[in-house]
Amino acid sequence: MLQEESDLSLIIAQIVQKLKGSNLYSQLERQAWASLQRPEIKLESLKEDIKEFFKISGWEKKLQNAVYSELSVFPLPSHPAAPPEHLKEPLVYMRKAQGSWEKRILKSLNSMCTELSIPLARKRPVGEQKELLNKWNEMGTDEPDLSLFRPVYAPKDFLEVLINLRNPNYENGDSLSFRTHLGLIQVPLKVKDIPELKECFVELGLNIGQLGIDDSTQVPPELFENEHVRIGQKEQDSAAAQQYIRQGSPTALRAELWALILNISSQPEDVLYYEQLKTNVIQHDLLVDSLIYKDVKLTASNDDYYFVFEDYLYQVLLCFSRDTSVLSHFAFNSASPPKSYIRGKLGLEEYAVFYPPNGVIPFHGFSMYVAPLCFLYHEPSKLYQIFREMYVRFFFRLHSISSHPSGIVSLCLLFETLLQTYLPQLFYHLREIGAQPLRISFKWMVRAFSGYLATDQLLLLWDRILGYNSLEILAVLAAAVFAFRAVNLMEVTSLAAAEAVLADLSTLKVMPLLQIFLFATVT
Amino acid sequence: MAGKVKWVTDIEKSVLINNFEKRGWVQVTENEDWNFYWMSVQTIRNVFSVEAGYRLSDDQIVNHFPNHYELTRKDLMVKNIKRYRKELEKEGSPLAEKDENGKYLYLDFVPVTYMLPADYNLFVEEFRKSPSSTWIMKPCGKAQGKGIFLINKLSQIKKWSRDSKTSSFVSQSNKEAYVISLYINNPLLIGGRKFDLRLYVLVSTYRPLRCYMYKLGFCRFCTVKYTPSTSELDNMFVHLTNVAIQKHGDYNHIHGGKWTVSNLRLYLESTRGKEVTSKLFDEIHWIIVQSLKAVAPVMNNDKHCFECYGYDIIIDDKLKPWLIEVNASPSLTSSTANDRILKYNLINDTLNIAVPNGEIPDCKWNKSPPKEVLGNYEILYDEELAQGDGADRELRSRQGQSLGPRAGRSRDSGRAVLTTWK
Repeated sequence: MLQEESDLSLIIAQIVQKLKGSNLYSQLERQAWASLQRPEIKLESLKEDIKEFFKISGWEKKLQNAVYSELSVFPLPSHPAAPPEHLKEPLVYMRKAQGSWEKRILKSLNSMCTELSIPLARKRPVGEQKELLNKWNEMGTDEPDLSLFRPVYAPKDFLEVLINLRNPNYENGDSLSFRTHLGLIQVPLKVKDIPELKECFVELGLNIGQLGIDDSTQVPPELFENEHVRIGQKEQDSAAAQQYIRQGSPTALRAELWALILNISSQPEDVLYYEQLKTNVIQHDLLVDSLIYKDVKLTASNDDYYFVFEDYLYQVLLCFSRDTSVLSHFAFNSASPPKSYIRGKLGLEEYAVFYPPNGVIPFHGFSMYVAPLCFLYHEPSKLYQIFREMYVRFFFRLHSISSHPSGIVSLCLLFETLLQTYLPQLFYHLREIGAQPLRISFKWMVRAFSGYLATDQLLLLWDRILGYNSLEILAVLAAAVFAFRAVNLMEVTSLAAAEAVLADLSTLKVMPLLQIFLFATVT
Repeated sequence: MAGKVKWVTDIEKSVLINNFEKRGWVQVTENEDWNFYWMSVQTIRNVFSVEAGYRLSDDQIVNHFPNHYELTRKDLMVKNIKRYRKELEKEGSPLAEKDENGKYLYLDFVPVTYMLPADYNLFVEEFRKSPSSTWIMKPCGKAQGKGIFLINKLSQIKKWSRDSKTSSFVSQSNKEAYVISLYINNPLLIGGRKFDLRLYVLVSTYRPLRCYMYKLGFCRFCTVKYTPSTSELDNMFVHLTNVAIQKHGDYNHIHGGKWTVSNLRLYLESTRGKEVTSKLFDEIHWIIVQSLKAVAPVMNNDKHCFECYGYDIIIDDKLKPWLIEVNASPSLTSSTANDRILKYNLINDTLNIAVPNGEIPDCKWNKSPPKEVLGNYEILYDEELAQGDGADRELRSRQGQSLGPRAGRSRDSGRAVLTTWK
């Protein structure tokens, strides 16, 4: 009991500390002072009256949302003597693996830099700055020569690293048994099985209304949809919105609900901050900018759904790479921001800077994290904020090595375990023909299915990511897709043929697949 | 009815021919006995011209109405709509109601248009009322964006002023005839780019009017960002959405600059809300039906005919749809792989409705196909049904039945879901 209490007070203290530096705090202060003018505030009962005022005027709700937001992001309390690395990643071998992977990426980036004789960063001449400012809304028409640039890495390179992960303390013996894991991931992390998933995702159950299923044309709207929409419209509370969205969000409310859950409200300060980032982009050219250009041109520009928003993607991603506030998420990310040294001062800490400024090196497909959001937000600074928040809450876990249940390693293991346990025949067959399932589904999970599903389906899936504050649903969906196409997959005899069967996911309806896999499959 | 359908076409497009062949139909030449002729618009003119003396027999079907140009020529379309509106006004119909500025509340869906050279003086009067406006000049008889240009000064169309003064007879050859319309310089932009909507509408008969809308329409985006700046008035890549034009620009062959209508719907619902989006789509259906009703009285409702039109619609930034034109011969060329699939399915569904069961047609049939063969088409308007019992009119689009708004007797412009319309 005592331990929990002291944990709680520690958390409270940390959150208060964090919020004290926030904009909300100064707003609350201002409001409190202003409220003294009001007749209902009496000196004798000052504290209670102001509290009451906050409640009625909705400020208490805003504070609640902010606290809830911190709680969602805040990692679980650990032993007071644990060093900060443990917050990033408790397991040593994972930390080591992430460290070597980062070294490789940085080496690749630096060698590209040297080969092409392009500096990592340079200040733009005034003429170039002016030009870029004029073209800010149509950077897509720029045709810089990107042929010499290669993406720093692609998902399949990352997969190879994960496949080679080993826990040096774990000996699973040479003899094969029915417990041997037949997949590619060979680390002993705990993942949920279907009964546990059913408990976790209880709102996706068969007897509970869902958007993505119960709003289809054959179902009369009175049965579920109308009421669900009505409830959604009144929502002001982050935690409640998060609970609500587990059953899906109506399209018209989604933009607001996501902003509520992520606790994003576009204040003037936020717009100013975004403009400041834009100025940084105008003034300095970074090598990663070319990587971003290349990525957008290779992926989103060719996508049936997202090509329209190409210019927004540059506006978001270029600013993102300059945003040093992103650095704070590395406290709980197993990754660390790469360091670069001012020319000639290699090794001297005083001359070290993080590169890129936000510490995130984009890889092939990175822009697809932003693209679906363009369907919801067309104001650049809001789009930016939402993306940034989504990144520091979820997406970073998809490309860093950690033991977190929502980390990509756990997702891969969850996917393989589900397949092996519940579709053993399919798994065995695919393995025999050299088509390890993870080789196909990895790219789906790393991108959170962006670019593979139709946009409306993707948004329904991301609703649930937000609702459950977890990425595990990506692994479940991947397994559900294999289950759905099992009959065809059993007939194939090569990896290429298996890829072909699973090449086109654009006609899939996500929610029925998930529901059937979790709740209607005979186990 | 054991014989195979004999088909002819003078349009060599694989999406057509593959569809005929998959039905096991037999190709013949136009001099032989044919049952089904998919013709170009030039051919239909010959077939139905007075000199040709062509007589179609009961087992022959063609894919155009004889005087389709009443709808598909830019000047005649406008003329017919104007006539239709005046008629409604004369009979005191509530549909012809106007607002305090004299604009039609429910029938203002075509931008202000004049014929040149005939209406030159009227046009000048209108132009002078708002001299900073931009106008778009379109040759009446051309397609694919050919010959179109924008003007914002009277001097740019001096030629037609001369023509209107010097010639005492209106030139019979349609080569010089143009229409000039007020340019919609505030189109709805997505990603900063202008786009238009291409919707396919199948008409099987005009009296009673029976028409179907293809669910899979698409948006065509310009490759260049939109700007109303006068310095870019000549830049067709900014203003004209025709693929024939855009494909000479920075064209991408994977997505072809096209979005499905369902993408548009998702985007608008997410960013603008469900009500205004539904209202927009209701209005689009409304203007299509009204345009068909406008020409129905003058259309030669030949029972051997059906027609699949390509409607071009532009949405402005107030979410109001405008009818730009109707194409009798929408392009069957495919610019991307998805395009090819779409057009193949379009023809497939069209043939299923026009030639029931793929058997030798009998043009005396009632042209009422069963629901199952509609494919991706939905009933847009069925005059017989609409005039039937009022209780049957629960035709919400959600059941895959008739789409379409039912505006009418209420003062609520275009909003009404509960009232009915004829």
